[in-house]
Order: sequence, then C-alpha cells, then structure tokens
Amino acid sequence: MVVDDEPGIRSGVKRILSGHSVSFPFMDDDYGFELGEASSGEEALEMIKANPPDILLLDNKLPGITGMEVLEIIRKSHPDILVAMITSYASIEVAARATDDGARDFIPKPFTPAELKASVDLITKQFFLKRITRTMKEEGKKIRYQFLSVLSHELKSPLNALEGYLVMMKDRELGPDMDDYNQVLDRSLQRIEGMRSLIMDLLDFTKIRLERKEDKIERLDLEERAHLAISTIKPLAIQRNISIKYEGQGDLFFEADPIDLDIMMNNLLSNAVKYNRDGGSVELQLSKQGGKMEIAVQDSGYGMNEREVSQLFQEFVRIKNKRTKGIAGSGLGLSIVQKIAELYGGHIRVESEPDKGSIFRVILPVQ
Amino acid sequence: MSEMKKKILLADDDPDQIFQVSHHLKKWGYDVVAVESREEAERYLQSECPDLAILDLMMEEEDSGFILAYRIKQCEPQVPVIIATAVTAERGISFDISTPENKAWIKADHYLEKGFRMEELEIIIKGLLK
Repeated sequence: MVVDDEPGIRSGVKRILSGHSVSFPFMDDDYGFELGEASSGEEALEMIKANPPDILLLDNKLPGITGMEVLEIIRKSHPDILVAMITSYASIEVAARATDDGARDFIPKPFTPAELKASVDLITKQFFLKRITRTMKEEGKKIRYQFLSVLSHELKSPLNALEGYLVMMKDRELGPDMDDYNQVLDRSLQRIEGMRSLIMDLLDFTKIRLERKEDKIERLDLEERAHLAISTIKPLAIQRNISIKYEGQGDLFFEADPIDLDIMMNNLLSNAVKYNRDGGSVELQLSKQGGKMEIAVQDSGYGMNEREVSQLFQEFVRIKNKRTKGIAGSGLGLSIVQKIAELYGGHIRVESEPDKGSIFRVILPVQ
Repeated sequence: MSEMKKKILLADDDPDQIFQVSHHLKKWGYDVVAVESREEAERYLQSECPDLAILDLMMEEEDSGFILAYRIKQCEPQVPVIIATAVTAERGISFDISTPENKAWIKADHYLEKGFRMEELEIIIKGLLK
C-alpha cells in the first residue's frame, strides 16, 4: 500500500510496480504486487484495519497525522507490516527516528523507478525471510510435539498390557493354579523387555540429539569395534542359528567417538539378526576407499518392498507385516543410526529385495 | 432354552490386548473372532457380519479402525462399533464422538481409551447390544 497526499506519486508508484516482480533463487514463484493507495494517514489506518497489506510505502509529510505517527500506531497494531518511509527530506534525524520505530527502509523523494524498485525488492526479501523463519519455527515445534506424543503412546501400550495381565492375575481370571498363568507371565516379561529396549534407545537418541563432543573423538580401529559389536550380538544370533561373518579391507582407522560407532554397528547388526530367517546369515563389511569409510551390513532376511523402505527411517516407524509380527523393537534404531551418520557428515543407504534380504550401508567421509 | 451366543469381532495388532479382551469376552458369554490386522478383518467381513465390533484404531494404517468401522456400517448399519485406542489428544487428534461434527464422520458408537477397565467394557457392550 502506498500512502502519499500527492496523486502523482501514488500513480507513479502504481505504474512502476505494476508488472514488476521479485524473484529469488530459492523460491518457486516470483512475487508480484497488488497496490492499494491512501491519500492521508487517517485513510491509511482505516484501510489497514480492514485489510492489512504486507508492505507499506509511507510518506512522512501528510496533511493530517504524520507518517511517523502512522508508523507508531501500526507498529503496535500490526507489527508484521513492513514499512518503507518516503520522505522528501531524508534527514538523518527522521531516518534515525523512523528506524527506531520499525521502518525497514527509506525512499528519498523524488525517486527514480530504479530506486523505488530496489527498495521494494529489499523489503520483499525481508518479508520472505520473515515468513520462512516463522513457518520453520512452527514446523520445528510440530516435530517435537509429534515425537513426544508418539513416545507417550509407545510407552503406554506396554504399561496397559502389563496392567491388564496383573489385574487378570489378581482376580485369578485363569483359575487358582499358578501353572495356568505361565503365558501371562511370559508375555508380561516380554513387554517389560520391550519397554527397557525402548528406554535404552531413547537414551541413545537424546545423546546424539546433542552436539557431537569433540573431546570424545579418538582414532579408532574399526575392526576392533566390529568384533566387539559382533560379540555383543552373537548370543542372539546363536539362538536362531544365524551365522555372522566379518570382512575388512585395507586400513580401517577412523576418527570418531567410540560410543557413536558402537551404537551404529550394534543397531545394524541386531536388525540384521532380528529380521532374518532361522539359519540365515549376516555379513559385516568394512572398507575405506576414496576418502570414504563404508560400514555395510548384509542379511539374508525378509527384505522390504519400496514402500517399506521409504518409511524405514521415520522415528518410531516399524515395518509391520506378517513376518515382523512379534519382533520387539522401539522403531528408533535406524533413525538413531541415520542421525549419527549425519553428525559425521555421512549418510545411510539401503538396498533391499523382498525375500532376499537387505544391505544397509553407512558411508562416512574420512576427515 | 439357551440363547444363541452373540458374535464379537475383535481387531487389534497387539496380541496382549487380544488375549486379555478375548478372555473377558468369552467369560461374559460371547463368541469371539479375533484378528490382528485390518486386512484380516476385511477378509472376515466379506463372508460374515458380527453382532458387535471392537476395533483398534492404529493397525497397518493410522486410521485402520475408522476404515473398518466404515466398512461394517456400510454392510450392516445397525452393528455397534467400539473403537479402542491408545491414541489420545496428545497426538493432536482428539476423538471425542460427543460432538455432532465428529459423529458425522467417525462411524463408531463408542470410543474407548486403551487402559480401560474390563468392567467398563462389559457395561458398554451390554448397553450397545440391548
């Protein structure tokens, strides 16, 4: 909106800005302008009340209340409106006062079309940045909110199950014989185990949500970490007759926080075992090539279709199908691995085929 | 003469919920058809219709329960549907079916928050099967 008592200025601004558009490399669409006009401060305030503009070009010297007074009023009532002052005597004093009051720019009068356009471009840019930061803040809030609410859901389900079983036992629902409660007790213990692993994963998650700690970084022999991770997972694998093989190529030293590497390898290996068939195999391969360290874990398990792969890295998402039924997990493991990889400037890739198995590759740049 | 047992469809992907609720339903004298997914429930609904359904909201999809409720009402509008879920207002979705707007699109006769007491469920079922 342009506010000026001189009709010539108003029509001039209108002529210059009609057909003018502002574009930014990061924006999909150009921004054009729709112009409203007012010949006095009073008229402008009325119009702003009814339909506030995004940008206000405001003359200081107006017949009734001055531009500075208009600026003061709308700074309180409409703080989102970006204001450029038009003034014939752009004195330092007026400039300083208007800046204090929230004006974004000055357009000296008389101005050339190019000067006006430059000012409007600048202010449009500010308008955009403001809008973008606002949506980003809102989205950040939404993500945190969602995380917490899903978390409370995930923690409540096992509690409900446990409570239900305890009430059944208290009321002797299955009769007086303790032997009839074996299934109830086994399931209760399994749900407790599931909740424990969720809490452990959550602790990992909060750890990596924080900054990477530079003082914890050491030169690690990844082969050593790999053997450590394999020995952690081995008991689980033996129960299901799954073999775990290791293969390492070349120099396998890498600078990192050992905890981060352990979390990544343990998560990948335990997934490879959990989502495998009995008697299957898992292979952990380490290699360093072309400035990149690759940790690859291949399994002979269930594999996934494209849709399942696309959901894989969302927090708390667990692939639900007939074969994954009954497998305990928090749905946090892979998001944790991904977050850690990103912390080191790396990424994770997955190739998978239903019924054949999957390969997860963590690729980290070598510093 | 004994009355025909009423048949209740129970759909929930949590095996513990199935175990606990089925146990009580049978104790109260109902026949139970328990399924662990929307897909399984839909297969059952193709050939039969229960006298009442207790549906978990989130199974394969976030709104599996709503989809099933809709299907049931489509074939047998008088079959009462209870939606039971642990999803509450914390997820930003509040399923209060007391308001007319929600009642219009949520095809359920009762909404239960998981962690409910079995006595509560018994009263609700009795009320709906009257």
